[in-house]
Amino acid sequence: MKTSLSGIMIVLLAGLAWAATEETPDVDKIVHKANLMAYYQGNNGRARVEMTITAYEKMDDKGNPIGDEKKSVRTREFIILRSDVQDGGDQNYYVYFQKPADVRGMVFMVHKHTDLKQDDDRYLYLPALDLVKRIAAGDKRTSFVGSDFLYEDVSGRSLLEDKHELVETTEKYYVIKNSPGAPDSVEFQYYNVFIDRQNFMPVKMEYYDKKGKFYRRIEALKIETIQDYPTVTLSKVTDINKKSATEMKFSEVQYDIELKDIFTERYLRRPPREVIR
Amino acid sequence: MKNRLFINVLLTCLTVLLTGQELLSAPLDPNSTPPADLAQKDFWDRIGSWTREFPLEIHGFGEVRAGGRFLNDPHEKDMSIMETRMQWDFFAPLEQMSLKYKADVYGDFVTKDVHYDMREGNITVPFEFMDVKVGRQILTWGTGDLIFINDLFPKDWVSFFIGRDTEYLKAPSDAAKVSFFHDWANLDLVFTPQFDPDRGITGERISYYDPFSGDLAGENAKISAGNPDRWFRDYELALRLYRNINSYECALYGYRGFWKSPGGFDLAGRAIYPDLNVYGSSIRGPLAQGIANLEVGYYQSADNESGRDPLVKNSEMRYLVGYTRELARDFTGGLQYYVEQMVNYDNYVCFLPASIPARDEYRQVMTVRLTKLLMNQNLRLSFFTYYSPSDSDVYARPQINYKINDNLAIESGFNVFFGDYPYTFFGQFHRNSNFYAAVRYSF
Repeated sequence: MKTSLSGIMIVLLAGLAWAATEETPDVDKIVHKANLMAYYQGNNGRARVEMTITAYEKMDDKGNPIGDEKKSVRTREFIILRSDVQDGGDQNYYVYFQKPADVRGMVFMVHKHTDLKQDDDRYLYLPALDLVKRIAAGDKRTSFVGSDFLYEDVSGRSLLEDKHELVETTEKYYVIKNSPGAPDSVEFQYYNVFIDRQNFMPVKMEYYDKKGKFYRRIEALKIETIQDYPTVTLSKVTDINKKSATEMKFSEVQYDIELKDIFTERYLRRPPREVIR
Repeated sequence: MKNRLFINVLLTCLTVLLTGQELLSAPLDPNSTPPADLAQKDFWDRIGSWTREFPLEIHGFGEVRAGGRFLNDPHEKDMSIMETRMQWDFFAPLEQMSLKYKADVYGDFVTKDVHYDMREGNITVPFEFMDVKVGRQILTWGTGDLIFINDLFPKDWVSFFIGRDTEYLKAPSDAAKVSFFHDWANLDLVFTPQFDPDRGITGERISYYDPFSGDLAGENAKISAGNPDRWFRDYELALRLYRNINSYECALYGYRGFWKSPGGFDLAGRAIYPDLNVYGSSIRGPLAQGIANLEVGYYQSADNESGRDPLVKNSEMRYLVGYTRELARDFTGGLQYYVEQMVNYDNYVCFLPASIPARDEYRQVMTVRLTKLLMNQNLRLSFFTYYSPSDSDVYARPQINYKINDNLAIESGFNVFFGDYPYTFFGQFHRNSNFYAAVRYSF
């Protein structure tokens, strides 16, 4: 009995190993899995995010600062709550700012719609005025709170926006080239995403401008397993044209928390305990 | 006086709350009576642990702001603003409720006074289906951008015109706000037991057109209005019923109270705040890559429904349509068109004293807002303008703000008024046109 079981196990494992090494999954499957990995872990999530935005005097064309001279260092700190309406589909985000002091208590809320025909709904709450503002969805490739991350980097770019092509399979990564369906709507010509073959975590993205020159990189610097979910806890974006880099550090990460529907006007005006305590 | 009352209420509540918590957490064992010194030590230990555990957040800012008029005004000082201000903001998110206290102390070199201005002092208690917020609070609703139809909470127009931060356009209310939430719709009820008028133009700091003298007036002829101020009799009640339909926010509003700035005169010629009821509605949502809003309100001037009383404002219909969208990256534009239609206009014209210039039946105002963010969103250029084609007057508010670092910001701007006539809403403030500059350190 015992032997036959382990026999089955060996066959199964061998099969899995074969699948992992030999059979390359379809490109759409890879990007879909990577998208779920990066933006849809668990049904919901909470994290504290610390951002450090550093502008350098000089930077080489690979995105490494030359010398130690910094033009400026800015910080942002916020609590972010996310809830998925549908895995791989619509999502809600709630961002409660704690630093810097002049934006403390400000709330940014997004009802993200993946359907290209429907714009995201963005709300901003200004506590000093008790004012709920609507923000035109507009350009998703606008800087998020003055950092080098863009709105799209934070909440994810719809997979339908780009054509995906598996250009290389290395020992560790699938390298996917993504070209925009509407090139005029973005500043890049294409970007490559390096996806971990083991767990489908996207670990690096490299952007090339219209002339084909490398100018922007997003990388996962630290990945931890939290509640069985691989999680990027430190990421960094470098913009060579701006000679600027932003690090984003995640702490107090929790998944599948007991979260009511707090993505409403009620909780803009009265932030829920999940963010203020 | 009112301020002191609220602080006392707040402190009392704090004490009750804390002693209550202490009682609950105290071990109830009648057999053990610890020696007195031990009990004392225990007491201080508890105080120590309480201050460590009490989630009190303290923030605020210090600011210096200075500005002057660039036109001579015989009725006012050349210095339009000169103040050093300190704001303290205390917030305690407790288990069952949260407490908030926010107050400004500022030395004002124009009025040569030190002022204490409590902005907030309130308790919020959330329930499953309801939120209750009681005390001094800032309240805002409605869809307009610096135009208010159904938002009848007090405004501070003086602060707005002399170049204080936009935060100060909203004056605090001493009120109880009860919000009910349901899948079908949500309801906000705001009860203000004693009428909170706007902090409006009285001639102090800002000169105005006096219809009786037919000339500009200022410090020489300050308006002293008789506010309705009897507790629980001169109350205000405002309600909002709202829900979202897909991405569209729909709301119905009601208000019972008074004209927020003097809306008439008594027989002795003193400015008064006549009764006012307002009924309105609004909708806001996405339209062609932007956000559109539509809001209407019927201002029922309860003391002059016929429009035959020349001393009290007529009823009005107010309409607003607006649209805002991103024009380019980090550059947004907004347009609004606003109309005040006087009801029973014929009666108004008929009964108006000949010496007073008649207003138009339809007062129209357009606004334009342009905002551009530069230098990693640390530099903000903004331009907001009111233009009235019916009154032929303009109020422009260009401003530049730069965040030097995470704590320090500087800003500078103008408030420019001009018009073809001395008696129109913005035109009368022509000689109050000013510029200002400020430095603020936030912590």
